[in-house]
Amino acid sequence: MLINYGYIGLFILAAIAFTIVMLLLPAIFRLVGINPRKPNPIKNATYECGMETIGRSWVQFNFRYYFYALMFIALDVMVVFIYPWAAELRKLGYFGLMAVLIFVFVVVVGYLYAWRKRVLEWK
Amino acid sequence: MMIFNPDPSSVRQMPTLAPDWPGGFWWHWLLFTVIIIAFVLLLVMGYIWLERRAMGRMQARLGPNRAGPFGLLQPVADALKVMLKEDIVPVNADKIVHLLAPIIAFAPVLIIFAVVPFANGALLADLNIGIVFVVAISSISTLGVFMAGWGSSNKYSLLGAMRNVASVVSYEIPVVLSIAGVVLITGSLSMNQIVLAQEIPFILLQPLGFLIFFIGGCAEINRSPFDLLEADSEIVAGFHTEYSGMKFAMFYLVEYAEALVISALITTLFLGGWRGPILPPWLWFLVKVMVVFFVMVWTRTTLPRVRIDQLMALAWKFLFPLALLNLFITGIEILAWPTAIAWLIPVNIAVMVILVLLWSKLFKLGWGRVEV
Repeated sequence: MLINYGYIGLFILAAIAFTIVMLLLPAIFRLVGINPRKPNPIKNATYECGMETIGRSWVQFNFRYYFYALMFIALDVMVVFIYPWAAELRKLGYFGLMAVLIFVFVVVVGYLYAWRKRVLEWK
Repeated sequence: MMIFNPDPSSVRQMPTLAPDWPGGFWWHWLLFTVIIIAFVLLLVMGYIWLERRAMGRMQARLGPNRAGPFGLLQPVADALKVMLKEDIVPVNADKIVHLLAPIIAFAPVLIIFAVVPFANGALLADLNIGIVFVVAISSISTLGVFMAGWGSSNKYSLLGAMRNVASVVSYEIPVVLSIAGVVLITGSLSMNQIVLAQEIPFILLQPLGFLIFFIGGCAEINRSPFDLLEADSEIVAGFHTEYSGMKFAMFYLVEYAEALVISALITTLFLGGWRGPILPPWLWFLVKVMVVFFVMVWTRTTLPRVRIDQLMALAWKFLFPLALLNLFITGIEILAWPTAIAWLIPVNIAVMVILVLLWSKLFKLGWGRVEV
C-alpha cells in the first residue's frame, strides 16, 4: 500500500512542474520576441473600471464570514470523526450508531444556538 | 446481489492495482501521469466547446462555428491567442503572490485525478483512503484563488476572493456529509471499491445525497447559479481581474478542470463510474462525465444568479440539516436491512421528496427566513 503514496508524491511533483512549465512558456516566447512587452504607467495601474484607485486594498474591513469560519471549524472536525465511523459501521453496529448520534447531537445543539442567535444571517 | 457487502475485507483481496508492466513502478507512473494530464487538457477543451455550443443553442443563437467543423477548434484558437498575449502585472501587486497563485490553484486540481478510476483498477494509485484524499486536496485550490485576490491589490479582486472563501467554507460540510452517505453503503473509502460496490448506481440509493452533492459541488466550483466570486455586474471579474495572458489562462483552466473534477466525482460516487453494458469502461466513464457536465450547463442557462445571503442560507439552513438527516437515515437503513437493497430505492426516493418539501415548507412559514 505504501508504494501508492510513492506514486502520489511523484505525481504531485509532476503536476507542479507541469504548471510551472505552462507559465514559463510565455516568458520564453518573450525572449524570442513573439510576445510583446510594452509597459506604461496607465496599463500597469490597478483596474477599477477607469476610476483612479484611492488608497490600497490591503486595509481592515468588516467582512461577514467570520462566524461562518468558526462554525465551519467546529462542524468540519465533526465530519472528520464521521468518516472512519462510516467506513466501519457494519462492524460497529447499533452501539456505534448511538455513540455517533450523541456526539453529533452535542455539536448540533451548538449549531441550533448559532441559528437562534442569528449568526447564520448574512448582514 | 452484493451491494451491502457484510465483509468488505473479502473485496479488498481483488487485484486493484494495474498489472505489472515491464519495468513496474516507473512505467505505471509515467503512463498514468501522461494519461491524466492529457485527459484533463483535452476534456477541458471539450468542456469549453460544449459549454459555448450548448449555451448558444439554449439562448437561441449559434455559438462559435467558424474555427474547424462545428467550431471544434475554437478552444485551440483561444489557447494559442492567450499564450501570445502580453503579461501585465500591476505596479501595486505583490509580485510573488501574484505569480504563485495560478500554480497553487491548478496543481491540486490535477492531483485529484490520481485516485479517480478510469476502468477497473486503472488509476494511478488505489489509495485505501481515496475519497478522503480527494476531499483534502480539493480545498487547496481555494487558497490559490484567495492568493490571487489578495495579491492583485485590487478591491474587486479581494471582494471576489473573500466571497469564494465564504462559499467554499459553507458548502464544504454538506458536500462532505453527502459523500459519507456513499461511504456508509460501500463500507470502504477506496474509489475503486466504491465503483465495484455499485451493482445499482448510488444515485438511486442516495438520491438526496446526490442532490446535495450536485448543488454543493456547483457552488464550490462557482458554476453559474452560484458564481458570485466573478459576478461581472458587481465586481468586474472577481479574483482574476488583474490577470492577463497565460496566468489568466491558468485560472480559466482551473475553472473547467474543477468542473471536470466534480463531474468525475459524481460519476464515480453516484453514477457507477466506468460500469456499463456493451461499451468499454473508459468510454462509459467519458460519456457519463460529459452528461453530468451537460446538466451543469443546463442549470447554468436556466437559473439566475443568487444573492450572497441566499447562497449562505441555502448552505447552512437547507443543505446541512438535510445532509445530516440523510446520513443517519442511511446508517439506520444499513443496520436494519443489511441485505434488502431493492426495497431501499423507492423508500429513499420517497424520503428525499418528503424531506425537501417539508424543509422548503418550513422556510415559507418564516422559520429562519432571511431578512432583506
